Amino acid sequence: MKNINEIRADFPVLGTTVYGKPLVYLDNGATTQKPQCVINAVNEVYTSYNANIHRGVHALSDRASEEYENAREKVRSFINAGCREEVIFTSGTTGSINTVAFSFGERFIKSGDEVIISCLEHHANIVPWQMMCERKGAVLRVIPVNDKGEIIIKEYLRLINRRTRIVSVSQVSNALGTILPVKEIIEAAHSKNIPVLIDGAQGIQHGKVDVAEMDCDFYVFSGHKIYGPTGIGILYGKAEWLSELPPCQGGGDMVANVTFEKTTYNELPFKFEAGTTNFAGAIGLGAAIDYVKTIGFDYIGSREKELLSHATSRLSSIGDVMIYGNSENKISIISFLIKGVHQYDAGMILDKMGIAVRTGTHCAQPVMERFGIQGTVRASMCFYNTKEEIDMLGTGIEKVISMFSK
Amino acid sequence: MSVNEVQDSIIDEFSVFDDWMDKYNLLIDFGKDLPAIDPKYKVKDYLIEGCQSKVWLYHEFNGNVISFTADSDAIITKGIVSLLIKVLSGRTPEEIISADLYFIEKIGLRQNLSPTRSNGLLAMVRQMKLYAMAYKATNKRQKEIN
Repeated sequence: MKNINEIRADFPVLGTTVYGKPLVYLDNGATTQKPQCVINAVNEVYTSYNANIHRGVHALSDRASEEYENAREKVRSFINAGCREEVIFTSGTTGSINTVAFSFGERFIKSGDEVIISCLEHHANIVPWQMMCERKGAVLRVIPVNDKGEIIIKEYLRLINRRTRIVSVSQVSNALGTILPVKEIIEAAHSKNIPVLIDGAQGIQHGKVDVAEMDCDFYVFSGHKIYGPTGIGILYGKAEWLSELPPCQGGGDMVANVTFEKTTYNELPFKFEAGTTNFAGAIGLGAAIDYVKTIGFDYIGSREKELLSHATSRLSSIGDVMIYGNSENKISIISFLIKGVHQYDAGMILDKMGIAVRTGTHCAQPVMERFGIQGTVRASMCFYNTKEEIDMLGTGIEKVISMFSK
Repeated sequence: MSVNEVQDSIIDEFSVFDDWMDKYNLLIDFGKDLPAIDPKYKVKDYLIEGCQSKVWLYHEFNGNVISFTADSDAIITKGIVSLLIKVLSGRTPEEIISADLYFIEKIGLRQNLSPTRSNGLLAMVRQMKLYAMAYKATNKRQKEIN
């Protein structure tokens, strides 16, 4: 097993400086850094065997197609999907949700039907459903959250009714870090034969996901949040659902036969992969999954838990810091405000100290509104962060307070 | 002082500091010195919405020059707002339209006015220039009528 210094050395960006200071990267919720093996894998595509997939008769195209399908198999086994047909490469979580929202809407939603999401959702799991509801005359229902930032299950159960067609919630809140009780959510929906989409954008990188065990109908995530390249993501769907849904984009590779009178679609998973996909990104994602497996979720989970507890006690020790999202079930995200200091001011000063955090509404305006705030500062940690970095954040916050309380 | 003289004096003030924290401290002080906007103008009509911070901008035109007052909910943004007001308020529409705001770059705050940093500042400069263009056009029409 590698030690933390060896792990950090795998990620070139972690060794860089900003404004002459060593980078303290605490914005992993927005995107994670890439280990050298992922960078090499993408590099190798372009330096050794770049060719369009599923099209060529030549050796390079064979190799590229094979590596692409290998990556699909890696994802399948990583999330324990039943078969490769259930694993679709998309552009990311947003692309995946838009696909389901559109195609599911076309096939199953009528005027007056209802879709349930939660108040914690990222805009990517709100707007596509809103657009679909507007198109179809359907209604969006929202599960409220309590003061700790947890969804209120009792209210969720009340929202389910005979008009509910689909439930779409995140596994983990990106703004607050709350882990949602997805099993409970899925079981309740399934008892009424309602399918559930789980937005795993903030879940996939923090613990083992087993879609068979979870029994979700759709699971979506982005490659760039699990140490893979950007512009690639996954839409997992149970085959019985995916085969029912019409494709939402037409083009090459997704067709079986095209005439001007009638086009028949290709089989799964290609039906949902119109055009040349980001095959280099997919291969990079495969390498990222290999990397995560060598580190292992036992290590990742225990280390991130330690970091969260250290950060929570360090930040709580600063009198003027208010933490938003206080569920016992949280991943390593701390969303906070400093009394009397605008989050943007705090972020800018921390930036100048080499500390990268995110400020603002985190693309989750409704949950900010729920807490009556305009935004927060968010420190999102992952296994390659250190307690020393969190202490630097603590010192940074104290410096911010001294600057703005003059 | 001309637009550029004011810009040069701001650059001078910042040039004594090497450290970023000192520069930001100076910005915070500028923000505090910004003449308060009348609360009745701190409403939606005068709001320039940024994703990160908000800016309110009010102006008056006396037929010759445009005066601006403004505010922001973030103090560092307010500091930069204050500098923009120092440079552009009380100027003729022509001066505002032709102003090349090089001081931002010189004092190292360019990133704060980049389109990727949605803090309301770039939109504020655009809005100031738009007002100036509108008054220039009105003045020209007025002269033609006379």
